[in-house]
Amino acid sequence: MRQLQAMFFRNRWLFSRRIIQLLIIAAFTVELPAGGYLAQGNLSSSVWFGIGLTDPYIWLQSLLAGAPLGKAALFGVAIVAVFYLLLGGRIYCSWVCPINLVTDLSYWVRQKLNIKSNFTLSKNIRVTILMLSLLLSLLSGTLAWEAINPITLFQRELMWGSVAGATVLASIFLFDVLVTRRGWCGHVCPVGAFYSELGREGRLRVKATQVGACGGCAKCIKVCPEPHVLAPVIAKKATFVTSGDCTRCGACLDQCSTGALAMRLSFKKQGKFKGIPVVGGH
Amino acid sequence: MADKTSAAAEVAEPERRKVFRKIFRQLGVATVVTMFGKAVLDSRPARAASVLRPPGALPEPEFNAACIRCGLCVEACPYDILHLARWSDPAPTGTPYFVAREDPCRMCTDIPCARACPTGALSPLVTDIKKADMGVAVLVGHETCLNYKGLTCSICVRVCPIIGEAISLKPIKNERGVLQIPTVDSNKCTGCGTCEKHCVLAEAAIRVLPRELGLGVEGAQSVGRW
Ligand code: SF4
Ligand code: SF4
Ligand code: SF4
Ligand code: SF4
Repeated sequence: MRQLQAMFFRNRWLFSRRIIQLLIIAAFTVELPAGGYLAQGNLSSSVWFGIGLTDPYIWLQSLLAGAPLGKAALFGVAIVAVFYLLLGGRIYCSWVCPINLVTDLSYWVRQKLNIKSNFTLSKNIRVTILMLSLLLSLLSGTLAWEAINPITLFQRELMWGSVAGATVLASIFLFDVLVTRRGWCGHVCPVGAFYSELGREGRLRVKATQVGACGGCAKCIKVCPEPHVLAPVIAKKATFVTSGDCTRCGACLDQCSTGALAMRLSFKKQGKFKGIPVVGGH
Repeated sequence: MADKTSAAAEVAEPERRKVFRKIFRQLGVATVVTMFGKAVLDSRPARAASVLRPPGALPEPEFNAACIRCGLCVEACPYDILHLARWSDPAPTGTPYFVAREDPCRMCTDIPCARACPTGALSPLVTDIKKADMGVAVLVGHETCLNYKGLTCSICVRVCPIIGEAISLKPIKNERGVLQIPTVDSNKCTGCGTCEKHCVLAEAAIRVLPRELGLGVEGAQSVGRW
């Protein structure tokens, strides 16, 4: 019993994420006893309890492609954008996006099989693809990324067992397992890049609470899907993870056995770093 | 923004490997850009739709830009006639369409599909379903249509929800006698597809096509005897 409890505690963030992710998928796919679904539409635009939500990145492509402004969509974009703007954009990546289930599985397989091969890709690739998708939307008059976006593809095709959808998911899975650690979400996907920019100032942040408690085991960095975001904190050069790239997945918190890290809402202005009051030794 | 951890490894790396790494990386980027560009170019909107759109759809180029591929229209349709295009379908991926011969639009008077659309890709200005323009019916099988053979099948006429206006029988005389020809008024036909659905032939002799395909588009030249 103790052990089970401890196991849950050590994976509390992981389990919470999985529950939310699966609930979101279920809301779209599981028919209610009264008929209909909890949420209508898909992740580009959906209706929850009568409230419309629209993905700001897809909407931006649509706007650049030359669409007239739809009122309902505009309102839906505002809700979603403000949420991620305030809390942190890439919350989308680790709590909402269904592709995360695939890439997390890849990562798990990589760990289990102890695959070390890691083809270095620049994180700028995703920013380039983001820019390119916006430019191409402008030039071609169609939603460039939506032509291939595996996130909505997942909802549209894969759930109905399409070969094309399965092929795309399989390639992402293999790419992440065999080619590059956290290849897709960490380097390629422009949706992540978009939310990273949008949520640059997000206020939900990983905080180094008791600096003295950190034993320097670096387990957090090892599991972090975006390790560079933790580097300043572990090097004791910052108290908060401030990079927009942090997905708020909480993997670092699950790993940290000393309680040196915590997820906090911080509304203080994140000015220049002024040094951490060092308590205790090394 | 390269990983801090890989920076240390690179110092120890031989020059040659670094060059290879660079080449591979550039190749990788080139491949991604090419694949991506191609996918986008392939999904460029045709000038005219090649499939039937739900009622109220903007003209194809605007529709393709405005529709965010959410499928809310698909779920709103009580008869479940709409699909979101898959990769292998003839419309840009994710956009809604229907196939007349499989399941035509029932012309709901409250147009739930257009009401559900958040973007205005299905125009909220369409309030009278009889003004909708999903396409137009064209009798293409002048040799197979039973009425052209002198019978009075007329199924297409009898099933039309705007019977007598959108499609009606017009007599023409030829060597076989008087034929009753199903004739479409392109100004009244909404393109709902009911006639195509019910044509009794193995393949329909009357087809519902997007307007530009069904009627053609006038060119810049003046035509006719003037
Ligand atoms: S810093 Fe922690 S919460 Fe942020 S991405 Fe890394 S592991 Fe996840
Ligand atoms: S008018 Fe009715 S039947 Fe036709 S597409 Fe819309 S909801 Fe479906
Ligand atoms: S509801 Fe509108 S935006 Fe959504 S798929 Fe249908 S036409 Fe496109
Ligand atoms: S498509 Fe056929 S059934 Fe529908 S309005 Fe036109 S003529 Fe009538």
